Amino acid sequence: MVNPNVQGKKYPATDPYLVGREKIREFAHAVKSTNAMNLDVFAAQAAGYTDVIAPPTFAVVIQERSLATVLGDPAAEIDFSRVVHGDQRFIHARPIVAGDELVSELEVASVKSLGAHSMVTFETKIFDSSKELVCTAISTLVVRGDE
Amino acid sequence: MSHINLASLEIGQVVGSTEFLLTRDSLVRYAGASGDFNQIHYRDDVAAAVGLPGVLAHGMLTMGAAVQVAVDWVGNAGAVVDYQVRFTKPVVVDPVDGAVLVVTGKVGEIDAENKIVRVDLEAVFADTKVLGKAQARVQL
Repeated sequence: MVNPNVQGKKYPATDPYLVGREKIREFAHAVKSTNAMNLDVFAAQAAGYTDVIAPPTFAVVIQERSLATVLGDPAAEIDFSRVVHGDQRFIHARPIVAGDELVSELEVASVKSLGAHSMVTFETKIFDSSKELVCTAISTLVVRGDE
Repeated sequence: MSHINLASLEIGQVVGSTEFLLTRDSLVRYAGASGDFNQIHYRDDVAAAVGLPGVLAHGMLTMGAAVQVAVDWVGNAGAVVDYQVRFTKPVVVDPVDGAVLVVTGKVGEIDAENKIVRVDLEAVFADTKVLGKAQARVQL
């Protein structure tokens, strides 16, 4: 079970993550993107971006850094070996662009019990170096209890 | 600007369909690119030990591949302003044959005022839908 008292808990911002052009290309290949905006600097610039942009789900890499903080927090009492990804959402104010330096701030939006299981929803806000919101990532994990 | 004529779109219209072959290589590649090294995505023994039917594709790989149907339609990965899925069924990846994921995108909702189209994605593996409420909102 997850400690219900962590509902509403906010975790401090992560260290900045510098988004590399080759990292974006690597991730794009991994999710089988063939979109030129993810791969070709000139195509991305022709569309008005400063460099290649990340695929829509790349924000998971940033979200993961915040999630690791929670999963490592003994107060949250989350057993990672029992965690299943329930749902995921990314709301983008703008796409992530190579060269961005991003930090994320996570809040435990809700903790619910579902029989022996717990459902924990995390809201992670991702900001650039100008403190502008880039993406809100919402993730629900199901933590299986004893059957 | 977009090549898509908003006025000509209809709800339910198919915007694209793509077949993705997810192999063990795909899983290793995604693990490296995303940093998700959970062993259930590449070790049969670990997957079996936790009661899974086999090595599973990362849910986030399925999510990431599925949205490409919407991206390919609109032509710009940056146009996806909101994307959500529910992970409902696992994708078991055979060590030899991999897993074939067929993703079809349909127009689910048209917001003409804000020029946003909701693309509903259906991701099917082995005759089973593996994502629920898979919706990508694209800004035209």
